[in-house]
Amino acid sequence: MTQAEFYQRDRRLQPPALTPDYKTSVARSPRYSMISLQNSKSEITGPVFGHNDIDPIDNDLIRNYAKNGDPVGERIIVHGRVLDENARPVPNTLVEVWQANAGGRYRHKKDSYLAPIDPNFGGCGRTLTDENGYYFFRTVKPGAYPWRNWVNNWRPAHIHVSVFGTGFAQRLITQLYFEGDPLIRQCPIVQIIPDPDAIEQLIAKLDMNATIPLDAIAYKFDIVLRGRRSTLFENRLEGN
Amino acid sequence: MPQELNYLRETASQTAGPYVHIGLAPGAAGFDIYREELGWDIAGPNAGGQRIRVEGLVIDGMGSPVKDVLLEVWQANSEGNYAHPEGGGEVEEGFRGWGRVITDFETGEWGFDTVKPGPVMGRNGRMMAPHLNLWIVARGINIGLNTRMYFPDEEDANAKDPVINLVEWEKRRATLIARRDDRDGKPVYRFDIRLQGDDETVFFDI
Ligand SMILES: [Fe+3]
Repeated sequence: MTQAEFYQRDRRLQPPALTPDYKTSVARSPRYSMISLQNSKSEITGPVFGHNDIDPIDNDLIRNYAKNGDPVGERIIVHGRVLDENARPVPNTLVEVWQANAGGRYRHKKDSYLAPIDPNFGGCGRTLTDENGYYFFRTVKPGAYPWRNWVNNWRPAHIHVSVFGTGFAQRLITQLYFEGDPLIRQCPIVQIIPDPDAIEQLIAKLDMNATIPLDAIAYKFDIVLRGRRSTLFENRLEGN
Repeated sequence: MPQELNYLRETASQTAGPYVHIGLAPGAAGFDIYREELGWDIAGPNAGGQRIRVEGLVIDGMGSPVKDVLLEVWQANSEGNYAHPEGGGEVEEGFRGWGRVITDFETGEWGFDTVKPGPVMGRNGRMMAPHLNLWIVARGINIGLNTRMYFPDEEDANAKDPVINLVEWEKRRATLIARRDDRDGKPVYRFDIRLQGDDETVFFDI
């Protein structure tokens, strides 16, 4: 079987490990250079998920934890495609999300922010992209929340997103922000990304055509994973 | 004007944050929501080969355990095949070769049960020694860190491994090799990952 490697990750688009404005990174950032590794089978393969792994309701955060009604907050649809750098859709890949509730509070035993827990909101969801790489979630818009970095930092409203792709080298966790949020430009975690266009790419756009009239506002968020060579030149992975 | 190359650009990474468990291991966050959480069973009941346990800590630059880390492991079966269409061959029914591991919030200790992988064919026909591929995310880690764990009881294979040999500094190679203890007749491999310091673990830009 033909095996081809992923394009090298462009580290200039990615946040570096050591980012003093985001203080927690200081003691958690490797200081030696990473060893660059050409892809082998260990990197071009990765876990495969199927519809047996998840349930249809898992992508509906309005219903997947509801106890006695809907969660409080602005009802939204988040939708888009998972693509690779060749603009090809990535089908059947697992997308997982987690977020705070409309008040900015997480359902997590370590979160002690004073905004209340919403009894009807868990705050996580998961889905598989379809054959065109398309995915969607229904949820409520998360609230901004304060965090200890500088004394008065606030995270912009965001949804955490985890994506697999087809190979372990494509594994990615990121955060989705919302168009028009003035906290984005204040946020150290966002602003450590060195490339302004790469920051723009993390901001979901209001998508009026995908709203559900009288029900939910929509935001569109495409996710791009590393592309893969389509041709194998003389430098083969397998000996022959 | 030269022609445009119409490539897209990879989405930037952002830290998984302190509440990564909500999305990826909600039971650890303190609630039950999914029929089944993914990644708890790496090898499945039918996997051949030796059953092993792997344990360790992720240690920060101050020497303290990182207690909110999440690791993912990706490995071949005992025959050296990955559970993937390009994985090299068949794997046992139920063998996924992928797992998700979280630390104890009090101690930072993590551990998982699996089978020892076989050697995997690498580039240019050079065999890679048995290894686990690890990916580490946490609050304060801006982009997931990739490393590999190799086995101390595979000295000959490790000496020839093309990836270990890419590490120019011999003393740093040791950071990729676990320590073996045995417990109740079962091998337990200890693999502490150091994010910083003189004995910083080797991380790979894959
Ligand atoms: Fe967050």
